[in-house]
Amino acid sequence: MLEQISLTVDGREVTVPAGSTVLTAITRLGIETPTLCYDPGLTPVNVCRVCVVEMKGSRVLVPSCSRQAENGMEIFTDTPRVRHSRRLVLELLQSSVDTERSPSLLQFAARYGTQPDRLAGATVQQPARDSDNLLYVRDYSRCILCYKCVEACGHDVQKTFAIAVAGRGFSAHIDTGFDVPLGDSPCVYCGNCVAVCPTGALVGRNEFVMRKQGTWNEAQQKQVDTVCPYCGVGCQLRLHVQDNRIVKVSSPRDHPVTRGFLCVKGRFGYEFMHGGSERKRRARQETLS
Amino acid sequence: MQLQTANTLLRRCGVVDPASVDDYEAHDGFKGLRRAIEMGPDWVIEQLKLSNLVGRGGAAFPTGRKWEAVRLATGSPKYVVLNADESEPGTFSNRKLLEEDPFSSVESLIIAGLAVGSARALAYIRGEYTLATRRLAAAIEAARARGYLGASVLDTGQPFEIEIRRGGGAYICGEETSLFNSIEGLRGEPRSKPPFPVNVGVYRKPTLINNVETLVNVPPILLMGGEAYSRIGAPGLTGTKLFCLSGHIARPGVYEVPGGTTLRQVIDLAGGVPNGRSLQSVLMGGAAGTFVPPEHLDTPLVPSALGPLGLTMGSGSIIVFDDTVDMWEVTRLVAEFFAEESCGQCVPCRVGTKRQVEILHRFTMGHGKPGDAELLRDLGVAMTDASICGLGQTAASAVLSALKVFPPPGGVHHA
Repeated sequence: MLEQISLTVDGREVTVPAGSTVLTAITRLGIETPTLCYDPGLTPVNVCRVCVVEMKGSRVLVPSCSRQAENGMEIFTDTPRVRHSRRLVLELLQSSVDTERSPSLLQFAARYGTQPDRLAGATVQQPARDSDNLLYVRDYSRCILCYKCVEACGHDVQKTFAIAVAGRGFSAHIDTGFDVPLGDSPCVYCGNCVAVCPTGALVGRNEFVMRKQGTWNEAQQKQVDTVCPYCGVGCQLRLHVQDNRIVKVSSPRDHPVTRGFLCVKGRFGYEFMHGGSERKRRARQETLS
Repeated sequence: MQLQTANTLLRRCGVVDPASVDDYEAHDGFKGLRRAIEMGPDWVIEQLKLSNLVGRGGAAFPTGRKWEAVRLATGSPKYVVLNADESEPGTFSNRKLLEEDPFSSVESLIIAGLAVGSARALAYIRGEYTLATRRLAAAIEAARARGYLGASVLDTGQPFEIEIRRGGGAYICGEETSLFNSIEGLRGEPRSKPPFPVNVGVYRKPTLINNVETLVNVPPILLMGGEAYSRIGAPGLTGTKLFCLSGHIARPGVYEVPGGTTLRQVIDLAGGVPNGRSLQSVLMGGAAGTFVPPEHLDTPLVPSALGPLGLTMGSGSIIVFDDTVDMWEVTRLVAEFFAEESCGQCVPCRVGTKRQVEILHRFTMGHGKPGDAELLRDLGVAMTDASICGLGQTAASAVLSALKVFPPPGGVHHA
């Protein structure tokens, strides 16, 4: 049996298996902790700093998503210091990028009563890259640099390494390497970066176009689970259907086969359902408009 | 009575020919290494612990404990890394040591390797330090020719090699884990600690990483004994310390003084503020440091005395400003330095350093808004508390200290 680790969180004792993170211990007690860059299926990069907690004996706050639980740790999740830093981090993000499509971020912002206007200043200005491929759009004015897409593209899932962070400081950004168009990068269009993006910076082209046209309506969409017809792996597909048309394909993050990750065929190869020329017609239309 | 400079670390600088092994040997060179070989690794580490030597890069971690941790760490191979990426503004002691006494770094690295059980050292030198790099490279070659390096150090059967790695000019790569990334060819970004380098360092192996100034203390400690060394200086900062003086100072340069010396004594040693002007403030510890108001000049320069005042010794950089300087302009320049050098990995540092500059720009242009000072404080506290590494955690310290020390510029009111 795995060794058990005992620690206290907000004065309450909790026991977790060795190797667990502080976040696991906190969650086990039912305490909600905001996270943005954390994803249970990816290696923690602890860059967003919104999950920070106070730890007795530590000079600075510690990121709960990556810090391993140790015996005797005393963690505090809701002190003025913790609230202050969490609020500031959210304000810094809200003041610098478009967070309108980041539901969880907005929810945390409401919880911590952010006033991003007081920190108004330079914003991340990058035109949406919407014309270098037919499958997804990169709208980095929404990017909070959570590294999830980099991790999903690289070591953690796809092992394609088409993207990485380039630039420093406020100019840091996700890059294909010398900013080449996706077609010239190693990208295989699996769309797993799109699947993990928490802010809508990466979005399927269909969704992007429909949002632009004002026809995207999540309330009207129903979800239909099926199995991918392309090969024998058996990936579960979740079809997002609006007006009897498939508008997006995802896969449940808790599915044992996919863990939410698909390949280009499963994720983007659904247009044939609507007749062969649809994709080309739509692409042509988009290029002309 | 005016304080005299100490002469332990700098005793060969400007005295010996930096290219000559003979000259180095004639000035106690490699005697520390011979002592270390004679007495063995446990004795070496014991002497370091007795000496109470603490790291000179800024964090002041006990050196003996670090060496012991690497010696006891499981995992192989082990590495020794020389941190000579000296990038803190106003800091140039490593450069002096490497340019004028390169063999002392070579000797110290060999001692470190034998003590912790490593056969390979990587000397990471700031890219701009071309002369220092050349002289260290020459010293490594010369030492190898004399049998100090190679398959069997002084016929002990222990192999040891030193390789040079040149930095690309990023301030962040002086942070130890970013430095490892840089050596490995990865992006210069800090890693999460823990795990600490003593267990998981360069190439994910146990690594001893020390600043040049820390390391060159080792041969003198072994020669005089840790106990004797600990009687030099003051509790909390034993031995001697190099301070780099620049700015409005009569004789800028590197000064070696015993631990516990006050800031005023160091400034006097360098001739004080020239041209009959008076001292307005001192930026101590470089960009990552704090502004010291004149009333704290008599504080002994030891962490235990500086800490309670919110001051830091940092890397030993002392930049002096006379009464002609607009200190908010200086503060803005410090903030710009950090905005430029932030790697961009974590939010508080990436966006926080940008916001600091924007607000301070308003300050210095006379457009400061009421509440701006409070905003800077709010921002600084979060940057210090929530950033990943030492860069972000200190990127606001000069700004926060400026808010305490300098009267706010027009239009801005302290909350």
